[in-house]
Amino acid sequence: MTVRKNQATLTPAEKRAFTSALQELKRNGSYDRFVTTHNGFIMSDTDSGDRVGHRSPSFLPWHRRFLLEFEEALQKVDASLALPYWDWTADRTSRSSLWAPDFLGGTGRARDGQVMDGPFAYATGKWNINVRVDGRAYLRRDLGTSVAQLPTRAEVDAVLAMPVYDMAPWNSSSNGFRNHLEGWRGANLHNRVHVWVGGQMSTGASPNDPVFWMHHAFIDKLWAEWQAKHPQSTYLPGAGTQNVVDLNDTMRPWNNVTPADMLDHRKFYTFDTEPVAAASQR
Amino acid sequence: MKKITRRQALGTTAGVLTALGLTAAAAGATSAAATPTEPTTPGSVDEVYQGRRIQITPGGGGHHGGHHSPGQPTVRIDGRELHIMRNADGTWISVINHYETFADPKLLARAAVRDLQGAALVPFGGAA
Repeated sequence: MTVRKNQATLTPAEKRAFTSALQELKRNGSYDRFVTTHNGFIMSDTDSGDRVGHRSPSFLPWHRRFLLEFEEALQKVDASLALPYWDWTADRTSRSSLWAPDFLGGTGRARDGQVMDGPFAYATGKWNINVRVDGRAYLRRDLGTSVAQLPTRAEVDAVLAMPVYDMAPWNSSSNGFRNHLEGWRGANLHNRVHVWVGGQMSTGASPNDPVFWMHHAFIDKLWAEWQAKHPQSTYLPGAGTQNVVDLNDTMRPWNNVTPADMLDHRKFYTFDTEPVAAASQR
Repeated sequence: MKKITRRQALGTTAGVLTALGLTAAAAGATSAAATPTEPTTPGSVDEVYQGRRIQITPGGGGHHGGHHSPGQPTVRIDGRELHIMRNADGTWISVINHYETFADPKLLARAAVRDLQGAALVPFGGAA
């Protein structure tokens, strides 16, 4: 069974295995297909039209399925691997071990934002940015510049306290848990982390930065935490909603998986610290 | 109206046009107020910002840049189209700044210019 761990707890050997597998997926071409898929959805998901991957209720199940597919690709390279998650409420500075040269490498240099150390620096020859929105082929970051602070645990807890999964009009203007977690409304959690990292992470081609997967693995864990806190709440909307993926509608691009299929992560993996159900709360 | 005129005036100084090698006729065509077929349109922009030419043409025209929302403006940086999107609350995002909202397309385009640091946009889809 796959166990997703906090990235801060990984051993040096686990970090090496993870970054090597990422380089192998890049080398064999499968990595870039994930970037292409993500950017395609980023550009086509709109508030007033069809929306699947973002700014809609299916943001969470879509990314859960997307990460599962990516994790399966990693496991084809190395069966021992699982996606780590980055708890940015705890590891919240550019001095975190996450950004050390033995893991993801650090922020970009001042001149052009280019990441100069770690396994994903352009000079390694192993991490060219091929699926891109501009001409630059090197990984860029600008940690903590466009926005100074990552979200705090208190801000996360306030969003986790919201009892309703999502609300009409089911887009970036919605009230409810999903849109506050996604960040178009309120304190801004998920979106702000993309902006804090900067570089490709703030673009539609954000999966070019391997931290994308660890950020989304934590967002995914927060969904699981929310479910544990609100066992009576469920995915919404239930049925018959135009332009939006209802509970039992299939999601593009897979067309064989529904939000309902994605509700229980334990069918696929567990976390090193499983969210504890709030049964005793009432 | 007054504001737009000033904006355009700022963007299309003679020195800038010379630097870009544009003819007077081309400059006329980009000025919304100049031709009767193209009435003055709120939100149209033609400026040079940090050495890059930003052109914003209001939506509803005959362009076909692969948009999913036909009514929205077209934003170009040095002639290359920037993919943009309007949020339900009226703010804007682009493919360069996808997770941060901006009050109007001009601020969005300027943010993209700052991020690009001189790099050229590539056509939508992005695969090299």
